[in-house]
Amino acid sequence: MEGETYMYRILEKKILNNSVQQMKIEAPLIAAKAGPGQFIILRIDETGERIPLTIAGYDREEGSVTIIFQMVGKTTKQLGTLEEGDSIRDFVGPLGKASELEGYSKACVIGGGLGTAIAFPQAKALHEMGAEVDIIAGFRNKDLIILEEEMKANSTNLYITTDDGSNGTKGFVTDILKERLKEKTYDVVIAIGPLIMMKFVSMITKEAGIKTIVSMNTIMVDGTGMCGGCRLTVGGETKFACVDGPDFDGHLVDFDEAIMRSTRYSSEEEHSCRLGGYLDD
Amino acid sequence: MTDMSLSKYKIPEQDPNVRNRNFNEVALGYTEELAIKEADRCLNCKHMPCVKGCPVNVDIPGFIQKIKEGDFEEAYRVIARTNSLPAVCGRVCPQETQCEELCVRAIKGEAVGIGRLERFAADYHMAHTDEFGSESMEGQTALKGKAAIVGAGPAGLTCAGDLAKLGYDVTVYEAFHEPGGVLTYGIPEFRLPKEIVRKEISLLEKIGVEVRVNMVIGKILTIDELLENHDSIFIGTGAGLPRFMKIPGENLNGVYSANEFLTRINLMKAYKWPEFDTPVQIGKNVAVIGGGNVAMDAARSAKRLGAENVFIIYRRGEEELPARLEEIHHAREEGIIFKLLNNPVSIKGNDAGNVKAIECIRMELGEPDSSGRRRPVPIAGSEFEIDMDTVIVAIGQTPNPLIKDTTRDLKTESWGGITVDEETMATNIEGVYAGGDIVTGAATVILAMGAGKKAAASMDEYMKKKHSV
Repeated sequence: MEGETYMYRILEKKILNNSVQQMKIEAPLIAAKAGPGQFIILRIDETGERIPLTIAGYDREEGSVTIIFQMVGKTTKQLGTLEEGDSIRDFVGPLGKASELEGYSKACVIGGGLGTAIAFPQAKALHEMGAEVDIIAGFRNKDLIILEEEMKANSTNLYITTDDGSNGTKGFVTDILKERLKEKTYDVVIAIGPLIMMKFVSMITKEAGIKTIVSMNTIMVDGTGMCGGCRLTVGGETKFACVDGPDFDGHLVDFDEAIMRSTRYSSEEEHSCRLGGYLDD
Repeated sequence: MTDMSLSKYKIPEQDPNVRNRNFNEVALGYTEELAIKEADRCLNCKHMPCVKGCPVNVDIPGFIQKIKEGDFEEAYRVIARTNSLPAVCGRVCPQETQCEELCVRAIKGEAVGIGRLERFAADYHMAHTDEFGSESMEGQTALKGKAAIVGAGPAGLTCAGDLAKLGYDVTVYEAFHEPGGVLTYGIPEFRLPKEIVRKEISLLEKIGVEVRVNMVIGKILTIDELLENHDSIFIGTGAGLPRFMKIPGENLNGVYSANEFLTRINLMKAYKWPEFDTPVQIGKNVAVIGGGNVAMDAARSAKRLGAENVFIIYRRGEEELPARLEEIHHAREEGIIFKLLNNPVSIKGNDAGNVKAIECIRMELGEPDSSGRRRPVPIAGSEFEIDMDTVIVAIGQTPNPLIKDTTRDLKTESWGGITVDEETMATNIEGVYAGGDIVTGAATVILAMGAGKKAAASMDEYMKKKHSV
C-alpha cells in the first residue's frame, strides 16, 4: 500500500518538440506483457487524476515502457516538468487489447500529430513482418514533426504533410491517401490521430472498401471496464474503449458521438483526461 | 440489570440540512455512556440467535457483555477474533436483515443496536491503539504456505486477514491505486470515512498482509502465473461492470454510470476539485435511475455537490425499493425527491450533446414476477419530460470478465459469475477459490466477507494438506 515501495522511475526523457516529450518508465512487469496498441494509466501524485496514455514502445530486457505525450492539460504539463530519476506514483497496465497485425502484406499507416507516435510502432511491426508499409504522417507545421528518421527507416514510402506547407506536402493526410488510392490499394489502413482525422480517413476507405483500424482516445477513469466513461457506439452497440478496444473498425465507429463525448470536461480548465493526447490538431 | 426500554438509544447524527452540504460522516457514533446504556438492553441469550445471522460469526453477546463492563478494548478483541473489518461492518452491514433481525428484543420493540455497538468498539480501538489486537495472533508460528488474493475488497481483505492470522504469507493484488474495493471507490465518505477503511487495512498490514496496488490481474499477471509461486489463490474481483438501460440518449454528455460518478467522487476525490485534479459535473437538476443502496449513495452525493433538485427515478413502488430503510430515510431527510413508479424512456440532449431532459413513463404494479416482486407495467400514453442536467444510471453491476477471459478452463456461469462449490468456495481449478460479488452477483459487503472467510478456511485446509504430503 505504501506507494514508495513501487514508485515508477523515469529512466530517460527526450524532448521531441516544444510540446511533446518522450519518457521511458521503469515498469518491468508491464514491459514483459505489453503489446502494440495497448495503453497504461498513470497518476503522478497523491492529488493527481488518472490519465490513459498509449504505449509507444517497450523494452522487455530493460524492463521499460515508453510513453509519448503532448503537454496540453494540467496533468501532461505537470508530467513534462519531471526529469530523469524522478518517479511517477502510479503506473498501471498493460490495458486494452493488443493490435492484431498478422497477415497483412500491403498496409497504409496514417498518423495525425501526436497520433504518429502511436501509429509508428504499428508501422514498424508491420514492416518487420515483411509487409509493404506506406506511412502518411500529418502535422500542423514543420516544428511539430516527430520521428521522421525512424519512420523513413521503417516504411516503404513516407509521406509527410503539414497544414501550412512549411514542410512536405501542404494539406491533410486525407489528401495524400486519396492520391495514393488512385494508384494502388491496401489490405489495411491503420489510422491514429485526432477523431476528426480518423473519421475522414474512415469515410474515404469505406468508399474504397479497405479494412480500417482506428485507435479510440477516450476519457476514462479506471481502464478496466468499471466506469463506462469511455463508452462509444460501434456498429450500433455500446462498447468500452478500455476493454473492447482501443482498436476498432473505423467503418463502424460513430465518430460524431465520440467527438461530442470528447469535449465533456473541456470547461474544467485544461484538464487533459483523455487518452494519449492525440490533440495536436 | 437489563434495560427494558423498547427502542434503541438514538445515535447522534448531523442535522440533515447541514450534512447535505458536506461529506462528513452522517452518524456520529455512540458516546461511552450511550454505548453502555444500549449494551444494557442485551439479554445475553444463551442460545445466541443473533450470531446465526452474522456471516462472519461475531460473538455478539460476548462483545456486548464487555461493553456493559466498560472494557471497550476487550469488546473489540472479541469482534476482531472473527471479523477483519469491524469498523466497516458496524457502519455498512444491513443489520436489520442479519443479526438484529434475529434479536429476541425485536419480538417486542427494537432489536439491540448491534451494528452501532460494533462500530463503537471498533472506533474506540482505533482511537486508542495501532495494533490489530486479535487474540488468535498471539503465540502463532508461521505456517508454510503462500496465498495470493486477487482484489482488495471486502471478500479479499477478509480472506487475507483470516489467512494472515493463521500465519500464512499473504499478498493481496489490487487493480486500483488504493485498496478497499467498493469500500474505497463506491461507498461515500459520509457513510464510511476513507480514513476508517485505510486504518482497517493498515491493521491488516500490521499482521503481515502485503497489499500490492496497480496490479490488474489478467493483464499484468494471469491466474496461471500466480499459481507458479503461490500455493493457493482467492479471486474476489467483485461485480464491477456498470449496467446501462439501452435507451436513446444514454451516451450524451452528463450521463454517468453510478460507478463512474462515485469513483470520481470517492476514489479520486472530485468533491475536493480543484485541490484534487479529477473533475465531476453536476448541474442543477440530477436524476438517479434505480432504487438500491448505490442509487441512494449517488443521489446523496449529488446533493452534497450542490445540485438543487435530486430525483430518484425507480420503476417499482416504495415497498419494492431495494435500498436499506435507513438509507431511504436519510435520503428523504436530506431532500432527495422520490419519483416512484416511473421508468425512463429516453434522455434528450441539446445541440452540444449535453443532457437537457429525461423522458419517463408512469408505471403501475401488475402480477408478481420471477423475483416475487410485483412487475411494473407501463401506463400507455403517460410519458412526460423533466428538465435535467445530469443523469446517473444505478441499475446494477455485472461481474468483471478480466479473470474469466484470461484464465484457461475456469468454469463460469452463463451470466459471467465464477462457479464454485458453495461449501468450500473452490473453483474447478485446484487451489483456486473465489467469493463475493464475482460469485453471487452484486450483493452486500458482509456477504462478501462471509464468503472470504469461508474460502480462507478451505484454503487453510488445502495448503496444510498440500504441505503435509
